Amino acid sequence: MIRPHRTHPLWFAFIVHRISGIALALFLPLHFWILSYALNAPERLDGFLHWTDYPLVKVAEFGLVFLLAVHVFGGLRLMALEWLPWSANQKTLAAAAVGVSLLISGTFFLRAL
Amino acid sequence: MTNDLTESVAEQSDPLEVSVWRSAGDGGAFQAFKVPAQDSQTVLDVVAWIQQNEDPTLSYRFACRVGMCGSCAMMVNGQPRWTCRTHVRKVLDGNRIEIAPLRNLPVIKDLATDMDPFFDKWVAAEGVFHPSKSRDDAIEQINPASAPRARADAGIECINCSICYAACDSVASDPEYLGPAALNRAWTLFNDAKDDGAGVILDAVSAKGGCHACHSMGSCTHACPNELNPMASIAGLKREIAKSFFKRGKA
Amino acid sequence: MTELRLYMAQRLSALVMAPLVLGHIAVMIYAIQGGLSAAEILGRTQGSVLWALFYGSFVIAVSVHAAIGLRTILYEWAGMRGGVLNGVALGICALLLAMGLQAVYAVTAT
Repeated sequence: MIRPHRTHPLWFAFIVHRISGIALALFLPLHFWILSYALNAPERLDGFLHWTDYPLVKVAEFGLVFLLAVHVFGGLRLMALEWLPWSANQKTLAAAAVGVSLLISGTFFLRAL
Repeated sequence: MTNDLTESVAEQSDPLEVSVWRSAGDGGAFQAFKVPAQDSQTVLDVVAWIQQNEDPTLSYRFACRVGMCGSCAMMVNGQPRWTCRTHVRKVLDGNRIEIAPLRNLPVIKDLATDMDPFFDKWVAAEGVFHPSKSRDDAIEQINPASAPRARADAGIECINCSICYAACDSVASDPEYLGPAALNRAWTLFNDAKDDGAGVILDAVSAKGGCHACHSMGSCTHACPNELNPMASIAGLKREIAKSFFKRGKA
Repeated sequence: MTELRLYMAQRLSALVMAPLVLGHIAVMIYAIQGGLSAAEILGRTQGSVLWALFYGSFVIAVSVHAAIGLRTILYEWAGMRGGVLNGVALGICALLLAMGLQAVYAVTAT
């Protein structure tokens, strides 16, 4: 439950960063496992890759690309916040990270169709 | 005459539906009260009215009533707030208010929390003055326009109310985390030309439970009633620690 | 001390990854059109020292980064502490390293 003390933009930026990080970490082993078939059993890799023809899988891929992008750009905002001179526009930067990530993952999605 | 006036206002609107946390053994429960609504009524006024008119055993803490002493903070409808400066009409949820003791601190009784862990962490963060001169030395001249002084000034108006500490999820999930107020204090002292503790401060706040446990979620800054920015102070500490890490390879 | 080292490793691995992720996303956007196939992927990566270095350093950085991040989350949200916490984090790092390097080998070896 999102309790009242959490309902502000930078807390949402925090939870997006954390949830996207968990999701990406859980996806990685699957990603690596499938790719590892490339050398000795490329036909099995192709078997997996054919799944990406399904619209639902395309949407899931779009989701993954968005999570990756939002984790990177949100993370770059945090690195700048911690290591560069302080800038007061953190809410704008957090929103921009989400916007750019949607743009990138949207581009990916349109190309995947 | 004043009394007549407030009573006439009170008669005009429905009484407030107030839920107040009451301790019982190790736990507790919310107790419902009906409190007459008044103009310019603060949440502290509501608590005081209940204690004076309904239940004299209700425990709570306050002192100055003007937002300077930092003793009356409570959770109001789930948000930590300074109750003496919080107008009821600003926080009313319909006609209801829920008042609970500050989050992240042990409850002594009802609305009064034990502030010891909060202040112990100020000391643990080296949020104490480290003198550099004796009485025989000349008083150090401080240029108020210098950058370090401006950074210190930005954080020194803290009233130790613990609202940031109650708002912080990192405090909630990491019992060792020093919290925003203590780290903000450490940052102001780090930037204070009269304080000689820069090294011990950085050591203290880079240990376990220090500034690196902060995830910059900014609930401290969002909730601070004095509009300070503990998140920026903590970021300042992280920046200085990273600097010294790269300069001296110190880890 | 250890906390600071973990923090620095977390941030430095992130800095290493930032350009790699952007490159990876660019490749994905380029490659996704017309669907994916093993032949297409292998045609790009097989025998390429450059891709091996690119994805090899990516895997090393992400193993460190993800293990430290999950360690923090397990500490805060799952209440894990001490040796168990460090053991699980090391396990996550080793698993990602092993699986990741195997995948890099599979797509770049000839």
